[in-house]
Amino acid sequence: MHRQPRRAPRPHPTVRRRFAVLAGIAVLSLVAACGGATGESTSNGDDGGKDSDLPLIYGVFATPLEEPWDGAIHAALESAVEDGVIEYKHVDNVSTSDAMERALRDIATNEQPDAIIGDAFAAEEAVRKVAAEFPDIPFAFGSGEKPAGPNLSVFDNWLQDPAYLAGMLAGGLTKSDTVGVVGAMPIPEVNRIVNAFVLGVKETNPEVTVKVSFINTFFDPAAAKQAAQAHVSAGADVLFAERDGVIAAAEEADVPVIGMMVDQLEEAPGHVATSLIWHMRPTVDAVVEQVENGPEAVDLGEYSFMNVDGSELAPLNMDVVGGIPDDLATRLEDVEKSIRDGSFTTPVDESALAGSIDVSEL
Amino acid sequence: MVAAPRSTYSCVWGWVVSIDLLALVGAMLTIATPLVWAGIGEVVVERTGILNLGIEGTMYLGAFIGFLAALRTGSPWLGLLAAVVSGVVAGLAMALLTVTLGLNQHVSGLGLTLFLIAVCEFTFRLLYAGERPTLEQKFHTLLPGVAVLNQHWLTYVAFLVLAPAAWWVLRSTGMGYRLHAVGENFEAADVAGISVAATRYVALMVGSALMTVGGAFLTLAVLGSYTLDIINGRGWVCIALVIFAQWRVWPTVFGALIFAVTDALQLQLAITTAFGSIPRELMLALPYLAVITALAVWGRKVRYPGSYLRAYRRG
Repeated sequence: MHRQPRRAPRPHPTVRRRFAVLAGIAVLSLVAACGGATGESTSNGDDGGKDSDLPLIYGVFATPLEEPWDGAIHAALESAVEDGVIEYKHVDNVSTSDAMERALRDIATNEQPDAIIGDAFAAEEAVRKVAAEFPDIPFAFGSGEKPAGPNLSVFDNWLQDPAYLAGMLAGGLTKSDTVGVVGAMPIPEVNRIVNAFVLGVKETNPEVTVKVSFINTFFDPAAAKQAAQAHVSAGADVLFAERDGVIAAAEEADVPVIGMMVDQLEEAPGHVATSLIWHMRPTVDAVVEQVENGPEAVDLGEYSFMNVDGSELAPLNMDVVGGIPDDLATRLEDVEKSIRDGSFTTPVDESALAGSIDVSEL
Repeated sequence: MVAAPRSTYSCVWGWVVSIDLLALVGAMLTIATPLVWAGIGEVVVERTGILNLGIEGTMYLGAFIGFLAALRTGSPWLGLLAAVVSGVVAGLAMALLTVTLGLNQHVSGLGLTLFLIAVCEFTFRLLYAGERPTLEQKFHTLLPGVAVLNQHWLTYVAFLVLAPAAWWVLRSTGMGYRLHAVGENFEAADVAGISVAATRYVALMVGSALMTVGGAFLTLAVLGSYTLDIINGRGWVCIALVIFAQWRVWPTVFGALIFAVTDALQLQLAITTAFGSIPRELMLALPYLAVITALAVWGRKVRYPGSYLRAYRRG
């Protein structure tokens, strides 16, 4: 660096004023950007107004839509718009309880929605309070709690069916008898997916040790990748990516991996064997029915079960690294059939998981 | 379903055999890499007496801009270049706020972080709503299949080039002296003919560029994809590391390695039979506890740079 020529001792007053204006603009654009990222209501109807006979469903999400859980709800609502079943508006990243309460009250009062769908995990009390204030509007919220009369229904991602099938696949594919799972955090809705997965592993291979780690956050793909690499160094040759980041580790280690929430095949076509998929559409349709027949307070959880197409296992990628034996694929098909026709019910177990599970001891 | 250890002996034995030492060292180097890049960037900035709390947002910006440019051009090299340019711009913004306008450094830094993260998330939504784009071409590890040495070139550069170079520049060059003089006593530096503002501007631009490389390492090398919250507090860890290191390069690298090895160790231990029944929250907290302990032990008699947190006004 060269020495700078001396400047006048103080900036000229107009120069300072100009900087103040610049700073003002910076602050304004900050506010605008935050507003855009945190509270944008967009309409996917023709012009946003309620100009048709279709019911207006309002989505109110605690996380950004990029979060896979709320993303699945959003995708289902958008598919209902495409089918001409509903009109849809939404707001996301309503991350605090008081923001949720204000947003819900504001929407219920000013937008006259026919139903409100969202997730209440971070704001159970606020959602219940506002729902009780508007008994004529059906509220359907993702929740770990019970429904509340007269109008608050609850749902959740009950993915134990595809998780069980994915476990069967993992058990059949592992040659080292070690399978690694990386999840978000040990909460009931994650536990029951991983527990069902472990049971599925035992079904096809009772010799396996399933290793389970959590990253204790919903997003930290770099940490999830490190956790997956710890599994690989502990001998795992099949991975289950409950969280983003694991697929990158599977690619590097050249082992098959099972994706989550949406079909993640595109992310690593040689390594993603299949994915657990959550379809919220049956739940959305049930809520639309409540709009026609009046609000109810029910548990909509079963609309996420596989037998009503609320969840599925993505088509098996037979070209995945190491391949998938035909008889294993047939076995999966058979169990899927009995899940769909009701002759087999995947057990639901929400208990906490150990870090290393010898399935033969289950 | 918890397989309980049969005896203390088998517990300890299980602990010993379950540690894959080479994998541990390899993971340590990978985990430490973004902390080394961003931490050294923060050292450069703080040497001039400026606390850059914009580090978290600047790393985020690097991760996002690097990813975006690599996705659009198909080249991770152009992605890295774009990340560096964005870092220079972020440094300029921080300099405008804290040097030219003389605003409070805490507020400016936190504001910059909030602003940059919001801008990245908003832009990502505008461009890729509902999609999960991944890079066709990312940086691959060198020497695949070789334990420990199977690292990204950015890791090699961080430890073998960046750290020694930063140490040498700060210790033995006129540039390093100027940074130090401004940081310790900017009135004296000014009298000696060093431009306080120019020095701080340069330090912020260079330091922020290093921070963006740390962020871009995650998207361009480790993952090849971008998600929200991708930095997840790594910038704040760097702030702690730099104070722990008392604004020196090698202790910053050392601190990053302590954090990283504890993190790598807990990842391995958490999936063993013996440790699998220890509360996971405790295991996950270990790296942070290690940094806090290190701060408590070595950070107690910290002497802050003389012009820390102060804006320079001649008069």
